[in-house]
Amino acid sequence: MQKYVSQIHRCFRCGYCKFPTDYSSFNCPSYRRFRFDSYSTGGRLWLIYAWLKGEIEWSEHFAEILYTCTTCKNCAEQCPMKFAPDIVDWIVGARSDMVEKGKIPPRVARFFEAVYGYGNPFKQLRSDRAVWANGTKKYAPGDEYLLYVGCLGSYDENGQKMARSLVDILNASAVSFGILGEEEECCGNEIYMLGETGLFQNLMEKNNQKFKELGVSKVITLCPHGYNTMKNIYPASGGNFEVYHYTQILNDLIKKNKIKPSQAKAKITYQDPCFLGRYNNIYDEPRQILQSIPGIKLVEMERTRRDAFCCGGGSGNFVTDLLAGSADSPARIRAREAYETGADTLAVACPSCLTMLTDAVKAEDLDDKLAVKDISQILKELLSAR
Amino acid sequence: MPLPKLKFDKTKCAECKAISCLVKCQYMDFKDKDKAKKEWQKVINGEDSSVLKSCTTCYACEEYCPFGNHPFYLIVERQEEKGILPAPRPIITMWINQCQPVGRFMVGKVEERALSYCLLPQFNTLVKGKLFDGIALSVIFGQEFFCNAVYLHYAKASVIKDRLPKIVENIKKQGIKELVCLHDECYGTFTSLTSAYDIDMPFKPIHYYEYLYGRLKELKDLIKPLNIKAAYQRNCSARLCPEIDHYVDDIFGLLGVERVKREYDRENALCCAEIFRMAMGPVLADDVQKRNINDMVRFGAEYCVFNCPACWDSLAHKVVKQGIKPIHMIDLCKLAIGEEQALKLPELVAEV
Amino acid sequence: MTTTSALCDSLIKIVGKNFVSNQKEERYFYARDGGLMPPHEPDFVVMPKTAEEVQEIVKLANREKVPIVPKGAGLALTGLVIPQRGGIVLDMKRMDRILEVNEKARYVVVEAGVTQGVLKSYLQKHHPHLRHSIPDSPPVATIVANAVIHGQGRLSQQHGFNSDMVSGLEVVLPTGELCRIGSCSVSKYWFSKGPPLPDLSGLFLGWFGTTGIITRLGLKLYPCKKMRDIMLFLADKAELIPDIMLRLSHTEMVEDVVVSAAPLPLRFRGTFWIMAYITGDSDEELEFKRKMVWNALWEYFESRDLGFLSVSPDMKAPLMSMPSKDTSRFADVSKGGGFQYAGPITPIEKFPAFIRKLEEVATKYNVFYASTTRLIGAGHCMMFSFSFSFNRANTDEMARAKKALYECSKFALEEGGVLWKADIYEQRLLMDKMDPNTLVLMKKIKQLLDPNGIMNPGNWEVK
Repeated sequence: MQKYVSQIHRCFRCGYCKFPTDYSSFNCPSYRRFRFDSYSTGGRLWLIYAWLKGEIEWSEHFAEILYTCTTCKNCAEQCPMKFAPDIVDWIVGARSDMVEKGKIPPRVARFFEAVYGYGNPFKQLRSDRAVWANGTKKYAPGDEYLLYVGCLGSYDENGQKMARSLVDILNASAVSFGILGEEEECCGNEIYMLGETGLFQNLMEKNNQKFKELGVSKVITLCPHGYNTMKNIYPASGGNFEVYHYTQILNDLIKKNKIKPSQAKAKITYQDPCFLGRYNNIYDEPRQILQSIPGIKLVEMERTRRDAFCCGGGSGNFVTDLLAGSADSPARIRAREAYETGADTLAVACPSCLTMLTDAVKAEDLDDKLAVKDISQILKELLSAR
Repeated sequence: MPLPKLKFDKTKCAECKAISCLVKCQYMDFKDKDKAKKEWQKVINGEDSSVLKSCTTCYACEEYCPFGNHPFYLIVERQEEKGILPAPRPIITMWINQCQPVGRFMVGKVEERALSYCLLPQFNTLVKGKLFDGIALSVIFGQEFFCNAVYLHYAKASVIKDRLPKIVENIKKQGIKELVCLHDECYGTFTSLTSAYDIDMPFKPIHYYEYLYGRLKELKDLIKPLNIKAAYQRNCSARLCPEIDHYVDDIFGLLGVERVKREYDRENALCCAEIFRMAMGPVLADDVQKRNINDMVRFGAEYCVFNCPACWDSLAHKVVKQGIKPIHMIDLCKLAIGEEQALKLPELVAEV
Repeated sequence: MTTTSALCDSLIKIVGKNFVSNQKEERYFYARDGGLMPPHEPDFVVMPKTAEEVQEIVKLANREKVPIVPKGAGLALTGLVIPQRGGIVLDMKRMDRILEVNEKARYVVVEAGVTQGVLKSYLQKHHPHLRHSIPDSPPVATIVANAVIHGQGRLSQQHGFNSDMVSGLEVVLPTGELCRIGSCSVSKYWFSKGPPLPDLSGLFLGWFGTTGIITRLGLKLYPCKKMRDIMLFLADKAELIPDIMLRLSHTEMVEDVVVSAAPLPLRFRGTFWIMAYITGDSDEELEFKRKMVWNALWEYFESRDLGFLSVSPDMKAPLMSMPSKDTSRFADVSKGGGFQYAGPITPIEKFPAFIRKLEEVATKYNVFYASTTRLIGAGHCMMFSFSFSFNRANTDEMARAKKALYECSKFALEEGGVLWKADIYEQRLLMDKMDPNTLVLMKKIKQLLDPNGIMNPGNWEVK
C-alpha cells in the first residue's frame, strides 16, 4: 500500500481520467459533480503528492476531496500511463494514511464506528441482520452455496427486497444454499476502499475463518462490492472458496432451463455496477439474463459497460453521500441518462446502485416514469406470474 | 570469439543439374537452366550477379535445394559482402536497433519444457486454454530470446552470427531442455540456421505443430469436427523446415478441416508479401497478395489458416474483404475443442 | 481594495457558492501546470456558467483591480494560465455547450469550455461527415484555449493553424462589454472571423487572454471521409526531411504530416519516422492516394534512403488515434510525470539544424528527449518540438530540463524561428527581438483594451 508514496508524482494531470472512451462527456463522478479540477483523479494525485511533500496541510476540504472519489475505476480504465492499474490503490493508500493519522471526514469516521461497533455501516443491531430473511434456511455444511447477503441486503429497505427476491428464485430453482443470518459479518469492501486497513483485515479474517469452519466452498454474493473483495482480496489471506455474483448463477440457471421467466412487456436499460464491470469484467451475464426474458427490450445508455457512469455510491458513499445535494450528483445524472433512453425500467445488479438510483429517480421527479429494479426483482416477478 | 562460418558445399552445386534454387523461384525469371547455372556460379564465386539484387528474400530456395545446401543463406552472405541493400537502409537500421539484446529477460515460470514467444506479442493472446495446460506459464519472450532469423531479409547475416550464439546460450541458461517454438522462424533458426553455421544446440527445438498435434490427440474426446474448407497460408520461414508441413495435414485431419488444393500452397506457396512492400515497393506486393487471395477464393476456402503472426498482420484484414475468415492455427484447434478464437481482427474502421 | 472575504461574497453572488473557491487545495492545483514554470497561487478559482457571469466578474475585477486569468485545461505546459500576480483564475469548463452546427456552411459554434474530446465525440455522433482539426493535447484541452495559443492539429497541413480555422468570436472585453467579432457581428451566421470586415480576431488570438475573455467561438469544420489510413516512412538522414515533407505536401492528398524522432524505445533510435495520413470515401480513393504518395517519394525509396514500414494493426491503433495518447505518455518516460517542449514555428528547411541542436542539448544536460514535427500549411512552416521529459520528484533533473529548453528556444529564435506559446521568459526573448514599432503597437492595443491591466498580467507585457 505504501508504494504510492514513491510513485504518485508520476501523474501528469493530462486529464484523460475525466472521460469515457469516446470523450463524449465527463465520466469521473466527483469531477462531474464539483467541476473543480481538484476533484478529478489528477487533482487528487497532485494534492496527495503536495501533502506528502508538506506543501499543503491536511484540511477537512482536502479529506473531502479524497473521499468524494467513489473508486469507480473509470480513471484507471482511461489513464494512458503504465501505472494506470495502480491509481485506485494510490488513492486508497493515501486514505489509509489519513485514517492512521485520525484525519478523515466526520461522515467517514461515523461509517467506521458503525461497522466497528455494529458490524454494519447503518448502526443497526446485529440481531436484526436476518430480519429480512423470513425463515430462509441457514447455511449448513453440505449445502452447495453460501448466500452472502451483505450489509445493504440485510438492512437497507431496497437491498432487503433484492435479497428476498433472490432467495425466492434460488428456492424455486432448487438451488442448495443457505445464509449466515445474524452471524454474517460485513464484507469490508467499503472499509478497504475507505482506507481502514486494520478493520478490513479483521473483517476479512473473521469471514475467512467462518467460511472455513463451515466448510464453505462456494459463495454467492448479492452485492458486487462483496463479490469484489472476496474474489480479489480474500484469497491472499487464506480465503479458499469460489465466489459468484448472483447474476452469474441466475444466468447459468436460465441457460440450463431451470428458470423460465414468463412473458413480459418492458423496455429496460441496465446500469453496470463498477465492482461488477470495471473491477471484474462481468458485463454480459446481467444483460444475458435480461435478454432471455421474452418481451423485454434492452436498450443501452450512452455510457455503458467499461464506460458506465458510476451511481456515486462506491467507497461508502451510499451511506456517507458526499456527492449528494445537487442536480449534478452522479445518481441524478445517471437517472436522467437512463430516462433519455426511453426505457421504463432501470435495471441494476447491485444494492448500492439500487438505493442510490431509487432516490435519484425520486429527486428527478421521474419515479412514475422510470422504475428502478434489481435484476433479481425483475426475474422474481416474472416467476411468480407463471 | 570468431563469428561462425556458413557451411556451403559448392561441389554439390557443381554436380547439380536442376538448379532448382533459381529455376523454381517465383519472383525471378530463370526458365533457362543454363542461364541459371551460370548466374548461380557467379553467386558462388562472389561475383556481381542479378540474383543478389532481384532476390525478394522469400526463403523458398532453401526448400527447393535438394541437397540442403543453403542457397538462400549464401545469397544473404553475398549481399552483405557487396553492400547490396535488399531493403532501404533506415528499415534495416530500425530492425537492428529494435531487436538488440538489452539484458531484459522476460520469462514466466520456466521449466525444462518451455514455450518461446520469440518477439511476437500476439502469442500472449493466442496461448490460452486446454491446449496449453501445464505449459502456459513456462514462457520466454523478448530480445534476449529473439531468434534473429529476420535479418535474412536484410542482408545482415553478420548480425545473426553475432547474436545467435548468445541467444542459444540465454535459452540454455534458463535450464530449458525442450523449446516449443511458436513460430517457424524460431524453429527454422534452431534447426536450419544453427546447423548451417555450426552453432551447438544445447536444447531440443520442437515445432508447435508437433506439440499441438500431440495435445489434440490427448484431447481427442473434446474435438467436434469443424467440417470447413480452409486455405493454408504458408509463410516464408516454413521454407526453413519443410519437414514440418505434414503436421498441417495431420492437424487438419483431426479437426475435420479440408486443406483446399489450391495453386499457391505447399512448395508453390506465395509469401504474405509485406516484406516485398518494404523491400521493393507496392507493385509486386499488391500483385502477389491479390493472386494469393484470389486463389483462396477460387478454391472455395471459407477460412484462411495462418501459421505466422506477421502473415496475419499482412493478410488477415485483406482476406476478410473477400469473405474469408482469418484464423491462426492455434485458434483453429481451439475452435474444434469448443474454445473461442482469441486472435481476432481489430476493428480497422479507421478512426476519423 | 475590498477585503478578500467581501470579494469572495461578490463572486459568490455572481456564480453561486459551489463555483467559487479560495481554499488552499484549489489554489494549490490552479497555481501550476504539468510543465516547469514556478507556481503562483490565485486568490480565487471561479467557474462561470454564462457570458453574463463573466461580464459581471470582469466588471468586479476592474473595480477591485484584481487580475483575471481565463483558463481552459491548462495544458500549454508553459505556465500561460499560472496567475503570475494572483487574483482570479476563471475555469471556463462549465461553459460547455455546443450551440450550433451549420452543416451547409461547415462550422460549429461552441462555448469557451467545450473540450476537444467532447466536440470530436459530438461530431462523430451527430455530424459524421464533418470533423475539426484535433490537436494532440489530451481531449480535455478546450477549443477556445487551443485557438488562443495558435494550436495546430490533424488538419493543419492542409488548413494551417487551428486559429486560422476560427470563424467568429464572442468576447468579453477587459472592461466588461460583450462584443462579437467577424461575420457574426453583422449576421446570424458564423462563417468568417474577419473577411470582408476588418479582421479584429487578431486582437484576441495569440494574446493568451491578456486582451479579453472569449466566451464563444465559431470553428470551421471540414469534410470527414469514411476511411483513414497512415503511411509510415523511415529516413535516417535529417537533410532529406524538408524535401520529403515538401513532396508529401505537393501531392495535396495528405491531410497531416508528422515527423518524430526519439532515442527510445530502441526501434525509434537512429531513424526519423515520417507519418503521412490519408483519407478516402472508398478503397479506390485511398489506393489512389497511396499510389500518389509512393510516386512522390519513389526516388528516395529507390536510392534506399527512405524506407516504408508496414504497420501491424496493434501498432497502427495508437498512431491513428486522435488525440494521440502517446503524446501524454512521454511524461512518464523517466517515470516522473512531466514534460515540456519548446515548439518554435519555423521554416521547414531548419529541420536538420534543429535535430542536431536537440541531440546536442540533450547530451549536454543529460535529459531524455524526443521531437515531433508537424507540417503547417502547404509547407509554409513547421512546428518543431524540442521535448524533454523529467521526473517531478527530481529537482535537479527539472532544472536541467529547463536549461535545455531555454537553450533550444534561444537557438530557434536565432535561426529565424518564432517561439510558440512562449512562456513569460520566452515572451521576453521574443519582444527583445521584435520590431520596436510592432512592440509599440502591441502596447497601445493592450492599454486601449485593458486600461487597468487586469487581464492575465505578466504575459505579453511590453515594458
